[in-house]
Amino acid sequence: MTLTVPTPLADAATSDAALRRFLHGLPGVDQVGAEGRAANLATRSIKTTAKAYAIDLAIRMIDLTTLEGADTPGKVRSLCAKAVRPDPTDPSTPSVAAVCVYGDLVGLARDYLGDSGLHIAAVATAFPSGRASLEVKLADTRHAVAAGADEIDMVIDRGAFLSGRYLQVYEEIAAVKDACGEAHLKVILETGELATYDNVRRASWLAMMAGADFIKTSTGKIAPAATLPVTLVMLEAVRDWRDATGTLVGVKPAGGIRTTKDALRYLVLVNETVGIEWLTPDLFRIGASSLLNDLLLQRQKLASGHYSGADYVTVD
Amino acid sequence: MQPTPFEYAPAPESRAVVDIASSYGLYIDGAFVDGTGRRFKTVNPATEEVLAEVAEASGGDVDRAVKAARHAYNRVWSKTSGRDRGKYLFRIARILQERAREFAVLETLDNGKPIKESRDVDIPLAAAHFFYHAGWADKLSYAGFGSDPKPLGVAAQVIPWNFPLLMLAWKIAPALAAGNTVVLKPAETTPLTALLFAEVCEQADLPPGVVNIVTGAGATGQALVEHADVDKVAFTGSTEVGKAIARAVAGTRKRLTLELGGKAANVIFDDAPIDQAVEGIVRGIFFNQGHVCCAGSRLLVQETVADEVVERLKRRLTTLRLGDPMDKNTDIGAINSPEQLERIRTLTGIGEEEGATRWSAPCELPDRGYWFAPTLFTDVSQAHRIARDEIFGPVLSVLTFRTPDEAIAKANNTPYGLSAGVWTEKGSRILRMANAVRAGVVWANTFNHFDPASPFGGYKESGFGREGGRHGLAAYLDVA
Amino acid sequence: MADRLEVRKTYKLFIGGAFPRSESGRSYEVTDTKGRFLANAAHASRKDARDAVTAARKAFGGWSGATAYNRGQVLYRVAEVMEGRRAQFVAEVAAAEGVQNRRAEAVVDAAIDRWVWYAGWTDKLAQVLGSANPVAGPFFNFSTPEPTGVVAVLAPQDSALLGLVSVLAPVLVAGNTAVVLSSYARPLPAVTLSEVLATSDVPGGVVNILTGAAAEVGPWLASHLDVNAIDLSGVDDPDLARELEKAAADNVKRVRRPASEDWNADPGMSRLRAWVETKTVWHPIGV
Repeated sequence: MTLTVPTPLADAATSDAALRRFLHGLPGVDQVGAEGRAANLATRSIKTTAKAYAIDLAIRMIDLTTLEGADTPGKVRSLCAKAVRPDPTDPSTPSVAAVCVYGDLVGLARDYLGDSGLHIAAVATAFPSGRASLEVKLADTRHAVAAGADEIDMVIDRGAFLSGRYLQVYEEIAAVKDACGEAHLKVILETGELATYDNVRRASWLAMMAGADFIKTSTGKIAPAATLPVTLVMLEAVRDWRDATGTLVGVKPAGGIRTTKDALRYLVLVNETVGIEWLTPDLFRIGASSLLNDLLLQRQKLASGHYSGADYVTVD
Repeated sequence: MQPTPFEYAPAPESRAVVDIASSYGLYIDGAFVDGTGRRFKTVNPATEEVLAEVAEASGGDVDRAVKAARHAYNRVWSKTSGRDRGKYLFRIARILQERAREFAVLETLDNGKPIKESRDVDIPLAAAHFFYHAGWADKLSYAGFGSDPKPLGVAAQVIPWNFPLLMLAWKIAPALAAGNTVVLKPAETTPLTALLFAEVCEQADLPPGVVNIVTGAGATGQALVEHADVDKVAFTGSTEVGKAIARAVAGTRKRLTLELGGKAANVIFDDAPIDQAVEGIVRGIFFNQGHVCCAGSRLLVQETVADEVVERLKRRLTTLRLGDPMDKNTDIGAINSPEQLERIRTLTGIGEEEGATRWSAPCELPDRGYWFAPTLFTDVSQAHRIARDEIFGPVLSVLTFRTPDEAIAKANNTPYGLSAGVWTEKGSRILRMANAVRAGVVWANTFNHFDPASPFGGYKESGFGREGGRHGLAAYLDVA
Repeated sequence: MADRLEVRKTYKLFIGGAFPRSESGRSYEVTDTKGRFLANAAHASRKDARDAVTAARKAFGGWSGATAYNRGQVLYRVAEVMEGRRAQFVAEVAAAEGVQNRRAEAVVDAAIDRWVWYAGWTDKLAQVLGSANPVAGPFFNFSTPEPTGVVAVLAPQDSALLGLVSVLAPVLVAGNTAVVLSSYARPLPAVTLSEVLATSDVPGGVVNILTGAAAEVGPWLASHLDVNAIDLSGVDDPDLARELEKAAADNVKRVRRPASEDWNADPGMSRLRAWVETKTVWHPIGV
């Protein structure tokens, strides 16, 4: 049950067998218990001042995302405009953390965002399936970084993970991390395909051992995407990683978070699992698109005292 | 660090959903009547505010109630078909569901437990108990007690203050389903939801006298269980009072079931799902401020992981939110009474004197009301009183073991035997532990779960008889 | 007001929670026992039966996976809504069965009470039919009832409501889903029951009700490989019953043969036992 990372780390990451021994030695996750804990935290009641604070925090944590085959420069332009100024009627509304686009659109996003301070995240490594050669994945990554991405959202090879080729997954993450250079690396586990919480915990550790700056739940292309219990297990992993190494790794749930109520539940989860240290866009992000407008509607409601409507926020 | 940390603003449940009368009588024969005894006050333990004045039923009042129950039994209830008894119970279940928020608020005000628990646990479970037993009323011949099992008659029921409405449901639902009438005495510090339940009986058109509620303290309870015309006594409460009741009914025809104290072992093996185990420990001992007879008050941790478990547990306890029970975000409410608070203080004091190491979660206690911070003791040995006596509060004693046999020996080394917990990912070990532990309920990789379909009750000095499930019906049928 | 012209109801099939007409476009005339016109009922076809089986299969996972307590709540809710439709049921039963109102009231009351009786069984069935088995060895061994799957029910021809409820409700208790073919000549209470089911909390597809002929639809249900069991209570023709039972053997369906039944008698557990499988689990015991 020990959570000490073997030192040197390389000891565990020398073979599939060594990684298997380490990852399968992590404590199990009881499904009923984990889901019960997440459901219990979901009953927290966030009101008034706490709600106002949490809404702005959630906005600041959003990776505003468009990942469609039909994306165009026009779509990216409007996404960027929305990211910088989410609510044109209220200049006190904070900007989101980043925009998240496919690699070929990074250059455009960089042009639009200029020196706004917003980050540009690119999905890379043959997103969303990850089914490509390592060379292609690395080239994908380098291209996005060269075009101006300062955050890379990579996918792990779920096939390799599920068949126990842990070393391959590890080395691939490490290679992508290397290709990122200065850019931050978010490692997408695609928890919907990992199927068990035990796998989520193991994949979280594997990604952190290989150098992830963030671990991220999902591509958004597979159901289920982010869930509260999956995020709970990942938060427990970064907490234990901090205890073991002193290093802080971020967490990003993505996909399926559409309402303010959902977003607040994630913030509660962070607050009570890893504490306020993680309640910053540097360590917690929410990958979303439609969520932003619901946050804006709730923000307007808090400011005005009455309910707003969909015609009073911008479609992008 | 954040400029403004994420502090939860107060989120109080509205008190306006419930009307509390300034004064309550006794519910006898379908009507509220004045008692002939003195009156006493029931207070909100979180604020010390007086909520209402309640009648202390005298011996004469108890006699009236028993007579009403006998009359209703003879004239109406024993002739009511199982199908119709079931319909009344279904109605009661539905009314409890409909008025759930009202009951939750009243329970929290009178008891001090967090609204989150009364809302999500006590009241839904109480309704579920009525719903479940409603279905049995016309199926008793399938319950395994012969083709036409008969009720006992009039049941005298005395319940505790830790789950007032839920304990009422555990008592009244099976009694009525089986065809008995009842006289129930709620605890003196928590009478209000039982009195509100009388209104539910009226809305359900339950025939007068089938359910009678007499309020009062020990003397009222004694008069009730000693009344010559009750056929059945059911008691939930302390082992000490349980023994006195057992003596009192000795030599009579009265049937008896007792659900008494406990000092449950919660056993954590080193292959446990550790994050869930920590949650289970918290749920085991800090649920309902530890006012739970089956609480996991003795933590037995395998030595290989003891330090790690305790460290994680302490970290978790610092996130517990103690305070206003009416706040929807409160995890730990008020201690139910000054007497109970004094008992907890005394026993924890003894724990320190005997050499155990005390640690309490850093939380601010409100100025008014009765409060005790979540506390754990390490360096506890089997000989310490905090490892033997039921504290009935938010206090955990941590002991260690090396082998499964040692865990079993320590778990069983108590006069109690109500419940136990086992945490391990190894299925065969769960079953071995479950076989070896002398306790009426064993939770594996969970703790403090309750269900109307699941029999609950103790071994040894934790009492006898079961409540819930098919087995619980036996307590109210003439099948002994 | 006595001569107000009533707004009549269209009687349709009930498949997957929706109310379609027969895909065949056919209907047939329903009359009272004196031959007076009551309504045109949809005449279900083989394809309607196929669609109903698909819907029942789709609903099986959710319904069988719901907690027994939840199924009990849902089924009790059906009884509550039936009570609210009591007058309509009484009128339809009286017309269908040619009985006086008082007799029809008694039938409807019995039908509602029967539903309540079965609603109470959901969370007791395993306690009565299950067991812990003391095997000779270090093993924990227990047996529990589980639902058979999709059950086709050919409902009684005579008792249009009480008979229907008596054969349908026990199918649902353990978590089976049902495709019901109602009484041919007396289908209207069945359609009204489907409207009750649609407005209770019963998930769509758990119960599918067809109106039509057993001789036409029955063989398709009996031979359907995705149907796990079939109740032949409504098959009055012994030759047809034998043929259907033979067809059912192709995928080893559980079959309940037609028998003369007193729908007013205590139903007992026999219909509950008919639609469950027993699962026994072994697990070693050791440290």
